[in-house]
Amino acid sequence: MSAPLLDVDALSVRFGGLAALSEVSFQVDRGTVHGLIGPNGAGKTTAFNLITGLTPQTSGRVHLDGAPLDGLPTFRRTKLGLARTFQNIRMFREMTVLENVLTGAHVRINSELPAVLMRSPGFRRSERAAVTAAREILAHVGLVDQVSRRGGELSYGDQRRLEIARGLASEPKLLLLDEPAAGMNPSETVGLIDLLVSLKGRGVTLLLVEHDMHFVMKLCDRITVLNFGKKIAEGTPLEVRRDPVVIEAYLGTKVARRLDGQA
Amino acid sequence: MAIYLDNFLFTYQSLIYALGVNSLLALSMYVVLAVGQLSLGQAAFMGIGAYASALLTVKFQMPFPIALAAAAVVPATVALMIGTPTLRLSGVYLAISTIGLGEMLRILYLNWDYAGGALGLNGIPEKAGFASIFGALALALAALVAVCRSRIGRAFEAMREDEPAAGVMGINLPAYRLGALVTSAMLAGVAGAFNAHVSSFIAPGDYGFDAAVTILSFALLGGIGSPFGPVLGAIILTALPEVLRPLHDYRLVVNGFIIVAVVIFMPKGLLSWRIGRLGVRS
Repeated sequence: MSAPLLDVDALSVRFGGLAALSEVSFQVDRGTVHGLIGPNGAGKTTAFNLITGLTPQTSGRVHLDGAPLDGLPTFRRTKLGLARTFQNIRMFREMTVLENVLTGAHVRINSELPAVLMRSPGFRRSERAAVTAAREILAHVGLVDQVSRRGGELSYGDQRRLEIARGLASEPKLLLLDEPAAGMNPSETVGLIDLLVSLKGRGVTLLLVEHDMHFVMKLCDRITVLNFGKKIAEGTPLEVRRDPVVIEAYLGTKVARRLDGQA
Repeated sequence: MAIYLDNFLFTYQSLIYALGVNSLLALSMYVVLAVGQLSLGQAAFMGIGAYASALLTVKFQMPFPIALAAAAVVPATVALMIGTPTLRLSGVYLAISTIGLGEMLRILYLNWDYAGGALGLNGIPEKAGFASIFGALALALAALVAVCRSRIGRAFEAMREDEPAAGVMGINLPAYRLGALVTSAMLAGVAGAFNAHVSSFIAPGDYGFDAAVTILSFALLGGIGSPFGPVLGAIILTALPEVLRPLHDYRLVVNGFIIVAVVIFMPKGLLSWRIGRLGVRS
């Protein structure tokens, strides 16, 4: 058994008197899709913000591929191999689709100021290579015919895809997806599942927060369930949806039965 | 023809120099606004550059190129000292501390007898001219356009649009903010040196809050979609008082009215064109 890619150990954060996350531990294994589910306000997005460093933790530890992330600013964590999307899409709306993805590739492009000012052959080469790589990613997520449109002009579903493309551009070890299917129509959701399955096939490890249970059950290898900032269950989709604690806190008997019926 | 041109240049010499100097100041403002920060210290940096270079040429008889280099290095050092503590935080801290810098320096110049005190510094050699000012402007514009069309320019725009998201992209936010501030201080300092060495006289009151707001209005009027916007704003706001001379005392009213109208009706500035961010054709 190899060491987990992401190791979250007793992670806690308090906002004043509110323990938004208390002593949550879980591990994400390489090459898997790991789900983080729970009712609204359970601390899922908070967990994402702690892992990516947007919110400082009160206590606990996070390791990515053996490297401690605690106390590092967000941009350093990205260099170490984290990327994420946001629940409320945070596109660079004025930039074109291609520029958005190239911005995502920031840590993979090494041109320094002198090379930029001289427009040296090395600079041009690295820009050209970055554009080619960005186009490949955009082709993979199905946005290659929209490269020169502004990010803000895309449809909702396409903006979600663009956020995923932007995250992939940094060649992350772990991609965190915060409600990737939110606001998507059923056909867009099916397309998204196909996309994520293909990413998994290419060896990308995914950690995702999602409320669409069919989506979660279909995609995830393991699921961690949060409620009121605490971990209440963890296991395979099958184990989780039969767990009485999870049914009580989140799924409800009806949904659990329907999910079981489909499986 | 040549005579007409000579006459024109002679009559409008100071205006033409002012166009170049103010365009440099507008670029210095642009660099800070481009990363989504607000500095009201451009006039202060300009003043540091003006005083540093003028003291070197007047008191130490240094050649102008050395004075010009000092006009870039000294403000950059001050920017580094102010920026390092304030730019770790996001928000209005830079704006507040740069207003403070301007006021502090004004009072320092007023009481610094060696530098002329309240009377200012006189007899600065007229070493700058058309070629040096517009050469520097062209160089600065070319450099900024090159920077815009690279990963640095993309990082700038990402920071301006959504700073936390830019951090998630792996952009070293404090370093970029500091780099932008230092660059902008250098540009403003060089503009200050040119101004001192064409007007032959500088005084403490030239670099106060009024001047800071005027420099900001260059960028607001022109727009910050590309480095050309602020330059356009500087040219218009510098030339306008001349063009509007027939209106006598009302010309500043019209000047103000134009700024208000642009801010309300053209929030992206007169030149809303946005510079592309790719280093190569896609």
